[in-house]
Parts: sequence; C-alpha cells; structure tokens
Amino acid sequence: MSAMRDRFMRVTGALLDERPDLAVVLADIGYGYFQDAGVVARHPRRVLNVGIREQLLVGFAAGLAMEGFRPIVHSYAPFLVERPFEQVKLDFGHQGLGAVFVSVGASYDAAAAGRTHQAPEDVALMSTLPGWRVHVPGHPDEVEAILRSTAVGTGLDYIRLAESVNPEAVPDGNGLTPIRRGSTGAVTVIAVGPSLGPVLEATADLDATVLYTSTVRPFDAGGLRRFLAAPAVVLVEPYLAGTSSAEVSAALKDSPHRLLALGVARREHRHYGSRLEHDRAHGLDAAGIRGSVADFVASGV
Amino acid sequence: MGPMQATAMSYEDVPALVTLMTGDEKHGGAAESTLDVLWVLYDRVLRVDPDAPDDPDRDRFLLSKGHGPMAYYAVLAAKGFVPLDALPTFGRYESILGQHPDRALVPGVELSSGSLGHGLPIAIGVAAGLDLEGRAGPRVMCLVGDAELDEGSNHEAIALAGRLGLSRLTVCVMDNRSATHGWPGGIDERFRLEGWTAATIDGRDHDAIEAAFSTDHRGRPHVVVAEVERKG
Repeated sequence: MSAMRDRFMRVTGALLDERPDLAVVLADIGYGYFQDAGVVARHPRRVLNVGIREQLLVGFAAGLAMEGFRPIVHSYAPFLVERPFEQVKLDFGHQGLGAVFVSVGASYDAAAAGRTHQAPEDVALMSTLPGWRVHVPGHPDEVEAILRSTAVGTGLDYIRLAESVNPEAVPDGNGLTPIRRGSTGAVTVIAVGPSLGPVLEATADLDATVLYTSTVRPFDAGGLRRFLAAPAVVLVEPYLAGTSSAEVSAALKDSPHRLLALGVARREHRHYGSRLEHDRAHGLDAAGIRGSVADFVASGV
Repeated sequence: MGPMQATAMSYEDVPALVTLMTGDEKHGGAAESTLDVLWVLYDRVLRVDPDAPDDPDRDRFLLSKGHGPMAYYAVLAAKGFVPLDALPTFGRYESILGQHPDRALVPGVELSSGSLGHGLPIAIGVAAGLDLEGRAGPRVMCLVGDAELDEGSNHEAIALAGRLGLSRLTVCVMDNRSATHGWPGGIDERFRLEGWTAATIDGRDHDAIEAAFSTDHRGRPHVVVAEVERKG
C-alpha cells in the first residue's frame, strides 16, 4: 500500500473513533484494508460496503449526508469520479450536501493495469462542478492534515492520493507557498502536490521562483499575484495538462503574461510499465520538466 | 374558481390546482399518473407537517420520478407546503416550481430530481442513515416510474436494500407500462428476488393504496407496484 493510502486508512480509522457523524462508504475497493487495520471491527456499522456499484456508492453516501452524516467516499479515481460523475454532480452539489471523496490511483499509479485504471482527467472533471475543494497532497503528513480539516467540515472536498511522495511535507498548503525565491526577473514555477519533488530537482540550478500548493480548487489567485515577479509562469500539474491554466489566466487577467502548462498529455497513451515510465513519457520527470522550463525561459521571459 | 384555502382542501380540489400550472383542463399523462398515489400518501400515510418540515422524526418521501411534477406540487399545495400563489408561476424564471422539483426551492421537497435513477440509491442511504441514528419512527418512501427502472442504478440499489433488510423503506413503482422493453415476469418479482416484499395494486384505488403502504413488512424493504392507465 502507498504511504498516502496507508495514512488515509489509519487517520480515517482514528477519525471514526472520535466522530460519530463520520461514515466510510466503499464499493469493495479498500474494504479489505479497513478490515486488516481493524477499523471494520471497531466500526462495523459505519464502514459501509455497497459492493461493486459505483452509482450506488455515491447516491447511498448522499442519502447518509441527508441524515446529517459526513460520508468519506473512497475508491479508485476512475470509479469514484468518472463512472458516477452525474451522481457526483446531482446527488451532492445539486442537493446541497457535503462529503469527502478520497481517490487512489492518481493519473497512472496503476500504469501496468492500463487505461481503465488511469484517471488523469479527474481534477479537470471535478473542477467543472461548483463548490468542490480539490486537494492534491504531496506527502502523507499533508494527507493527514487535509483529512482532519475536511472531516470536521460540511462542504465538498475531493482528496487525490498518489504513490508519488515529496521528500518533505509543506505545512499549510491550502494556498500557494513559496518554496524557493528567484530574482526579480525569474520565471515562476507552480508545483502541485507530488510534482514538487521533480520540480525542485529540475530547477535546482535555474533562476526560478517555486511555489507549491496542495489545494488547486479554489486556486490561490491572490497568492500568485503576490509572489509573481516576472510575468512568466510554468504550471506543473500531475494530471491533465492545462487543468488549471484558466485559473492562472484569470488570476493574471490584468497583466500580460506567458504561461506554460505541463501535465499529462491528452492522448490515448497505450503503454503499461511503471508510473515513472509514464512520467518520463509525459515530460513530468525532473529531466522533462527541466527541459521544458529551460526552453520556455530561453524563448523570452 | 374562487380563492382557495389549503387547510380545507380535498382530493376533488387537486385537479383545479394542477390546472393553475398547466393552464388547461386536460392534463398530461406524467402529471396524472401519480396523482392518486401522491394524494393518499400525503392525506393518509406520511407523517409530515408543513409547520415542521425538518422534523427529524418525520417520514421521508423522495420523488425520484421528477418528470411531470404538477400533481406533486398540487398535493404539496393542498397540504400547506407550497403557497397556492406559487402554482400559476410554474416554469417561470423566478418561480420556485420548475419542470423538475428542486429541494432548495420547494418547501416539503426532500429530493431534487429529474434525471432518472437517482432517487432510490439516495433513499437507501437515507434509510441506512436513520438506522445508524437509531431513529425508530421515520419511514422512507420513494416513488419511481416503471420506465425509470431501466436505469441500472436502481438495480444496484434494489439489490443492496434487500441485503440490508431496510424495513423502513417502501418504494412505489408507478406502472403505466412505459418501459420500452417491459419487465418479463413482472416488476414485483424483480424486487422479490432481491428479498423485498411486494404488492401490486390499482394505482387509482385509494383504499388499496393506503393498505399497500400500511402493510407490515418487518425485516424487509417493501415495494408497491401501482398500476395505472398505459401511457398514451
């Protein structure tokens, strides 16, 4: 099990101990882990497994929310976001209900499983819906902080877990946090979630300001304006390229700027292998990011 | 038609309320098919109060088949949930009453519906939530259409409700035989196979409707298939 998912399981178990209004809703995926961790034994009525029924997974959780429960809904990203997307849209936002959705699998953590288990589009899809906060943690400590804060909330939160982990956690990643400051003429690189590690490696000897966030919706427009030096931005997102381009453009609508959006390419990528091989193919490893940033800078900041 | 008071309304008043929305004495099939069941539920079965619409011990009624909600709005108006003067605004930009109900706008409406196949999965979550709360009293009722059962999400829900033995749950299937490919073996049998109790009744017979929704089905969810005229 990945470090983030392990932390999610353990913290969720602890949160169930603390909060009688929480309930975990699963569609088989993850149930075994909660059993092994003893969470099902402690809370047999509040770890609810609907079977492999993803539309029901979301609708059932909405019903619990109608009765005042805070559901934590968990599955693989394509089965949590893409397959039941209309349920996500109508059974929660349209009904005025809240929940915490937690996915695993990220863009291609299950690279060898093929396209059916890959969801680089999930953040873009969730971003089309009003009211959802979208969290892309880069470290297990961030997963725990986000879980603890969202569990006590009432809104709509999507937490995207990944196998990639940054070397260190960034506390309070809700907004853009400066990790490294460049000169006044430096390009600004925004690293989202687990992309921070390769971004720091890629820019180690470049004149660049590096900003980090683990929460992409709402996007910290004020933070970008505050930390931006030269009007040149490279956005590095570990999912569909350009997912947050419109947010950057809206944040900088009053000033001419250049934007390079790096992420997973929009194409049927018919390869298996490993997550790291897919990172390389999409230019999201340190070497790929460095090359893209260097070309962008050279072409005229 | 003169001024009407919701507190004193009877079943005979409801068609006139529907007419306030349709502007026509001849009402569409979607508005008509559910009228008797809805009236009996709100008049004789459901424990709901327009003065306490959020009472945690109220019964929950979820109209999944949100198409043609004029009968629903008319019954809610007759029972004091919806202001009578809202009815003639039906479908207008500023109206609270649209072609599909919105729980954020319409007093007494538990579910925003319109897209088929959403209500029953949510109703099962509501029933399970009430079980978790340990709230013994409230019943959960959900109305779907026979054609709505084509949506696969309903069958995900029917299976789970049977396994969970959600005895506070009653589903009404309005059967006007509009499902394109029909239900060989009968709709009720589909539910029975999953562990439900079932009754098939005349959806225009008020006493039969009341009896079907008042039956004891302890330990199992219950379905009432209410047959009405074939959709034209």
